[in-house]
Amino acid sequence: MTKSAAVLRLAGRRLAASLPALLGVVVFTFVLMRVLPGDPAVFFASGPSAGQKEIEDIRHQMGLDRSIPVQLAFYLRDIGTGSLGHSMTTGQPVLKDLEERLPASLELTFAALVLALGLAIPMGVLAALNPGSTTDHAVRFLCTLGVCVPTFVSGLLLIYVFYYLAGIAPDPTGRIDIFASQPPSHTGFLVIDSLIAGDFDAARSAASQLVLPAVTMALFVLAPLARMTRASMLAVLGSDFIRTARAMGLSRGRIVFVYALRNAALPVLTIAGIVFSTMLGANVLVEKVFSWPGVAAYALDALLATDYAPVQGFVLLMAVIFVFVNLLVDVLYGLADPRVNAA
Amino acid sequence: MSASGQTAHALYVLRANRISSAAAVLAVLLVLTAVFGPMLTQYDPLASDVAHALQPPDANHWAGTDQLGRDVLARVIAAGRLDYAIAAAAVFLSFVIGAVIGGACGFRGGAVDRWVGRIVDVLMAFPLFVLAMALVAALGNRVENIVTATAIINLPFYIRFARAEVAVRRQAGWVEAASASGNGPMRIVLGFLLPNVLPAMSVQISLNLGWAILNAAGLSFIGLGVHPPTPEWGIMVAEGARFITVGHWWLVAAPGLALMLSVLCFNLLGDGLRDMLDPRMRT
Repeated sequence: MTKSAAVLRLAGRRLAASLPALLGVVVFTFVLMRVLPGDPAVFFASGPSAGQKEIEDIRHQMGLDRSIPVQLAFYLRDIGTGSLGHSMTTGQPVLKDLEERLPASLELTFAALVLALGLAIPMGVLAALNPGSTTDHAVRFLCTLGVCVPTFVSGLLLIYVFYYLAGIAPDPTGRIDIFASQPPSHTGFLVIDSLIAGDFDAARSAASQLVLPAVTMALFVLAPLARMTRASMLAVLGSDFIRTARAMGLSRGRIVFVYALRNAALPVLTIAGIVFSTMLGANVLVEKVFSWPGVAAYALDALLATDYAPVQGFVLLMAVIFVFVNLLVDVLYGLADPRVNAA
Repeated sequence: MSASGQTAHALYVLRANRISSAAAVLAVLLVLTAVFGPMLTQYDPLASDVAHALQPPDANHWAGTDQLGRDVLARVIAAGRLDYAIAAAAVFLSFVIGAVIGGACGFRGGAVDRWVGRIVDVLMAFPLFVLAMALVAALGNRVENIVTATAIINLPFYIRFARAEVAVRRQAGWVEAASASGNGPMRIVLGFLLPNVLPAMSVQISLNLGWAILNAAGLSFIGLGVHPPTPEWGIMVAEGARFITVGHWWLVAAPGLALMLSVLCFNLLGDGLRDMLDPRMRT
């Protein structure tokens, strides 16, 4: 069997295996949303003076007068046809709302992940090269500290220092200065779109809005990445082929960066996948602090307004992304290390 | 190892791990502060004094006053009681339920084990903080439900852990001996297997306490669970957030520092426990 066929087969098997969990997520969220207190029909009726008839009509229009299993069957059928229902607060299809907001969340999460990896890998490598040294302890301390400061506190303190005290960060609301021109959308990532459009002012504005929330998130996920880099580097540096490379007289830089790091990268990749999916779901707090117009903030607003469909859509989207990121990591892993497929 | 040998070993490890010892001392101090909190400050955490609103930290108000002139330090101390209680209750619940379910699954195996495994997979496919948000919203916006939600999102980890630890010990000689001397399956799991898994789970518990505090504060920060004017770290940060862009840093920094110290302390304690129980696991 060729290598690519093996990888495809592995991917297909993993995808099939994750379907029951996805279905479980949909059903569980659906039931959970149905026990939410408050009657959405009353909430969306024209006002407190709305008559019983009007409320009944809305309830019927929303399908709330059916039994929960029937509602669930309708919802599953809708998902099958590619519809996630309508948001009652924005009046748009949930899918469209999520499509508009997902790039903002992805841009933030990608930026944070790149930043975190850029910091964590050198830190982990440095710590692994001198275990027990001051550097090692400093890295450990910094990581522990990062996990302990909640994102909503570190975000606010960063705003205080860089916006209020230093005055170098922009007003911490939204993705781009309101006076800057919105670039035409190609990727949905404002920084990249502005660069494509050649509008460097807009790109600078978007990038400067992105820095603080991205740093906030990156600090929080530094620990798992740096710790995994350190542990995996330590294991690789102690292995036979590194000893052989040393005995052959290869330079230290070549051993560390070419041979060791490449082999140590695999476990880090797995953790990076988990970190990415976690950040995408957990950035409700960061999005709220920086008024970032992402999917998580959208779902939170919907949840507080007992608007079912967006919350369900959001949770489903997160679970799907979770599954796909894990799949991607598995496939990359399989390509990088052929022994994985044999198992 | 004899009991005195164990104590000696623990003391040796504590001496060798200055950081863990410091964390243990800090933990005791923090808990004592929470317990005796109201006696430590002359201010009432709920009493407003508008004439002295939004004052920076000084000799009278060590952590300043908030927008209603309430003493921030008194509120941070009072909030500690609530946050520790929430975290402890949530972790206790998920530990007890998780250990029993996981223990039973690991011991019995079979269809029940497979179904529990499926449910655990579903729970773990959720973005956990979002699941907690939805649970609190669905169960009702009350403090008890922060506890329930935090317990539920922690549950899968305890179930998996207890299940794996019990499953590897199921075939051990001393389990067979216990079984041969007439102990029923309930007694074997609760009386023999779980006590052996307990030390390993204590690491999880300590790390989880810190995480549960963050979770509870995060939920209150976005307006779920605890309502003002109840002092709670998450709410205090949320209220202070409105004043951060005009430079009133102490409203965020004081509860933020309390949160950070608590979580730091439980995490270091967890790391220390792990070193004590299994030196190979050090990372």
